[in-house]
Amino acid sequence: MTALSRPDDLSVMASGSTDGTWGDGLPGASHGGTSVALRDLSCVFGTVRALDGFSIDIAPGELLALLGPSGCGKTTALRILAGFESASTGQVVVDGQDIQSVPAQKRNMGMVFQSYSLFPNMTVIENVAFGLRLRKVSNSDRKGKAMSLLEMVELADRANRYPHQLSGGQQQRVALARALAIEPRVLLLDEPLSALDAKVRVQLRDQIRALQRRLSITTLFVTHDQDEALSMADRVAVMRAGKLEQVASPAELYDEPQTPFVAEFVGTMNRLPGKLTGQGKVVVLGREVVARGPFSAGMPGTEVDVMVRPEALVLVPVHGANGIVTAVTFRGAQSRVEVLLWADVSVKVDVPSAEATTLALGMSVDVSLALDDVLVDAKRDRLAVQPEGA
Amino acid sequence: MSVGIGVAGTLGRSDPLQVIQESRSPGGSRLSGRGGWRSLRVWRLVVLALAGLYFLVPLWAAFRFSLNYVGPGFSDQAYTQLTAQQGFSTAIWLSVQLAIVTTIVELAIMVPTTIYIHLRLPRLKRVMDFVTALPIVVPPVVLILGVLQVAPNRLKSTPFLLALEYVVLAVPFSYRALDAGVRSLDLQTLVDASRSLGGGWLTTMRRVLMPNMRVAILSATVLTVALVLGEFTMASLDLQQTFPTWIVVFDQTNAHVSVAASLMALLLTWVVLIGISFFGGARGKSGGPR
Repeated sequence: MTALSRPDDLSVMASGSTDGTWGDGLPGASHGGTSVALRDLSCVFGTVRALDGFSIDIAPGELLALLGPSGCGKTTALRILAGFESASTGQVVVDGQDIQSVPAQKRNMGMVFQSYSLFPNMTVIENVAFGLRLRKVSNSDRKGKAMSLLEMVELADRANRYPHQLSGGQQQRVALARALAIEPRVLLLDEPLSALDAKVRVQLRDQIRALQRRLSITTLFVTHDQDEALSMADRVAVMRAGKLEQVASPAELYDEPQTPFVAEFVGTMNRLPGKLTGQGKVVVLGREVVARGPFSAGMPGTEVDVMVRPEALVLVPVHGANGIVTAVTFRGAQSRVEVLLWADVSVKVDVPSAEATTLALGMSVDVSLALDDVLVDAKRDRLAVQPEGA
Repeated sequence: MSVGIGVAGTLGRSDPLQVIQESRSPGGSRLSGRGGWRSLRVWRLVVLALAGLYFLVPLWAAFRFSLNYVGPGFSDQAYTQLTAQQGFSTAIWLSVQLAIVTTIVELAIMVPTTIYIHLRLPRLKRVMDFVTALPIVVPPVVLILGVLQVAPNRLKSTPFLLALEYVVLAVPFSYRALDAGVRSLDLQTLVDASRSLGGGWLTTMRRVLMPNMRVAILSATVLTVALVLGEFTMASLDLQQTFPTWIVVFDQTNAHVSVAASLMALLLTWVVLIGISFFGGARGKSGGPR
């Protein structure tokens, strides 16, 4: 490992190591991480309020994913943290220090962009070494560190190629190496996988996660792809219209969504008609179960939508039962069966593919609930609105 | 009015017929079939021949005229005596100085302006398209008379005023060349990437943006140089004896030498422009400057 001097103008923003050296940042090293807090951020572009009192904390070494639909403000939050945008109100606190007034080039935050951002006029190794060159690291140390990072992303043999000679996945790996070369306090990933094909995307997300864990670097990852968010992040923050809906671990977010929006945005969710019976209970599919969510405390007799995931329903072929099979989709180990329950109510049920082979279109099946507590929402017009996660 | 020296087109322009060939749909079009393409090839040759004749016949006539320097026979005296003519070298040197100053000032103003408009004020692109076209719309005579009314006397007596006027005159050409170059880049992402790595604005301009705008900057340079070397009206009204004004003045005493000078200037300009284009293309193929 090579000990490199940190330039004075960046020493204030120095990450992790406090001994004034860069050497610990080579592959395999642990930074200890940086804490980040975005507090009550608001940001307005013209008449659009991109962020509306958005707050979140990121623990040192944590990978937090910002997940939400297009236009929900997730990229704006990331760009404010990077220093590319200014918040109208609020604070950006890194390791206890408000850095709102620190320009982007002095924040020492590595970023990988959605579009390929390598400098076309530079070779791969020159791209990776660019940040080190600006920090006046000596030529030999610069090249040594850049090569180490390229080995880490398995592109050392492409060091002297130009970006246009690389595939999309390779370019993003170089961009990741370039972002890590400056030993950033925080790694910012702005939908870095969205331009890649499915196979490369899965490979690269595994690589990013492995590197992030190995370096223990605080990471903010913006995506609209729930698979990416749930598979990579320590915690996932779901955003909607500039506000935070829920932040939780992937499992908690999936199993215990706090709002109907989160429930439908993350994974697939069925809406079944139910009726509140009072004392926090609801009748659905002929069973009385515990109701959760803001609409669970309604008056007895109130009609609500009960939100149930496909794997929480049980399907049994029975003659003259409550449903008819309308579609079967093979999805590997599981198959997804669409069942028309009555009138306009259609549900999706996941069953093992081995069992699904016995199902035929038009077959009568019994659908029942395998949960004791469910999330309820206000009744929605089923003809007008389809579940988003479907 | 331009004398003797043409204005080169932008660099790297593809053959329009090649573009047509590349863009034809696989499902077939009116050009599909062997007969259609043969017909197109014939028309291409006809158009090329006509354009070549239109361009070369006047040059050939001028060349013939310049060789009749001493009577009905051919002589190269108009060319051999060219550099010895009074005022020739002074006029050439002034034009070269004007081209250098104009290009430097033009690029110093227009490169940052074009980048800034695209990065920070994209809504002003249409306004810029209009504003930068004004020097073409307003006749040079009007421009120079207006400038002479308001310019300080100290400046009026120097060629520098003419250079500043040329800067304005070259704006429509340089802006469009630079605008095309900037549009071909993912400008915002490159700037953000550079800044996130620690690059300030100057570093980003010098190390990232300008190297990637090299062809656009070369195009702007070529157009500006060609314009300055061929401009007559402003120089004449400004009472500066640039190379084009020298040619016109000298034409009244020795038309043969004047025409020879025009042809030599045209040849020299082509060499310079081809050299710049070749230099840009060669660097482009090798991946650009480091």
